[in-house]
Amino acid sequence: MRGKDCVAIATDRRFGVQALGLSTEFQKIFAVNDKIYYGLAGLGTDVQTLSEKFTFKTNMYKLNEDREIGVRTFAHLVSSTLYEKRFGPYYAEPVIVGLDKHNAPFICSMDLIGCINFAEDFVVTGTASEQLYGMCEALWEPNLEADDLFETISQAMMSATNRDALSGWGANVVVITKDKIITRTLKGRAD
Amino acid sequence: MADRYSFSLTTFSPSGKLVQIEYALAAVNQGITSVGIKARNGIIIATEKKSSSSLVDDTSISKISKISKNIGLVYSGMGPDARVLVDRARKSAQAYKQVYNEEPPVLILVKEVASIMQDFTQSGGVRPFGVSLLIAGSDDSGPHLYQVDPSGSYFSWKATAIGKNMINAKTFLEKRFAEKMEIEDAVHTAILTLKEGFEGAMTESTVEIGIATFEDLIDSKGVKVDGELVGVFKKLEESEVKDYLANIA
Repeated sequence: MRGKDCVAIATDRRFGVQALGLSTEFQKIFAVNDKIYYGLAGLGTDVQTLSEKFTFKTNMYKLNEDREIGVRTFAHLVSSTLYEKRFGPYYAEPVIVGLDKHNAPFICSMDLIGCINFAEDFVVTGTASEQLYGMCEALWEPNLEADDLFETISQAMMSATNRDALSGWGANVVVITKDKIITRTLKGRAD
Repeated sequence: MADRYSFSLTTFSPSGKLVQIEYALAAVNQGITSVGIKARNGIIIATEKKSSSSLVDDTSISKISKISKNIGLVYSGMGPDARVLVDRARKSAQAYKQVYNEEPPVLILVKEVASIMQDFTQSGGVRPFGVSLLIAGSDDSGPHLYQVDPSGSYFSWKATAIGKNMINAKTFLEKRFAEKMEIEDAVHTAILTLKEGFEGAMTESTVEIGIATFEDLIDSKGVKVDGELVGVFKKLEESEVKDYLANIA
């Protein structure tokens, strides 16, 4: 979600194979640097492999270009990487949030083959995406401050994932402003 | 029969030199002089467009080439070899853009071109490129001028010259170069540097000048974005060259 000079990203913590739950603290949010975070929803192995791939690519970028990657540039890098596998894709749909070089908030999401959705308000992916669309549409308003944004995104996440059998076991929420990054873990229904 | 000739022409001599590269540099030093100068907020590159005869249609020749929005280059040496490198450089810039949706920084492109040139010093059945390039560009870290040699080495310069008259030209530049010159002064200095070794008459159709500088960023709606600058490379029109030449007359 986009706020006033801040962005927030949240994921659930469940990893399972259909009805069988395998982990209740699966990491789906990853940091590129202080100003860019991304989340990956979808097939567990692709979530992990893609995050390793992006670490590789962003480390190489930093070494070659001698500068930090910008959030829009990173988004396009993710898009290109996904589209390379157009006919045998990674089953993961990313959400990217961050602050650009002027500390202006930026959010976007992508489908599994790299189509970027540049949003002004909020972006959602995953098995509970339809529930999330409903919750975000109802709760989000523009120019929320960091603390209010946290409340909003957390409420949206909890309510939406409670209505989805394959999502839940709490949430990881990260709020990014130009001065600090706050990571919180929410306790949710353990089912 | 063909595989008997797939050994590399660039094999080391006992003294530790790669003779083919030395000879490639000799080919470069027979080429028309090119100069490059770093100004306060831009780079000037310039060269003489020498035609072998007055019957040549010189509007068809262009020694200064634009590689991407913000990068251009000029060469000294064998024209056809330069053409190949220009094509490869342009393609490399677009490939970068396709991944990152932004223009490549100058050094990244220079490293790509240098890497291509180095490939041809360590492969079978090929010869090194017979050109040195002066690559000029403007990116987020400022204006940059690089020279790339047939060996694949690259150097960053404040002012330099390559080709036939490079020694005299560099001596001239050492005296005349000043840090943070304005672009107009740098163009003026570049023309004076070329004048020393100019082989024909200096007119607007025999002098080519390219400038890498910064312009205001215009967003997708056509509105100027305050405080944002974007790198651009452009070749001067003949009318603009004519004005500069009038000043040195």
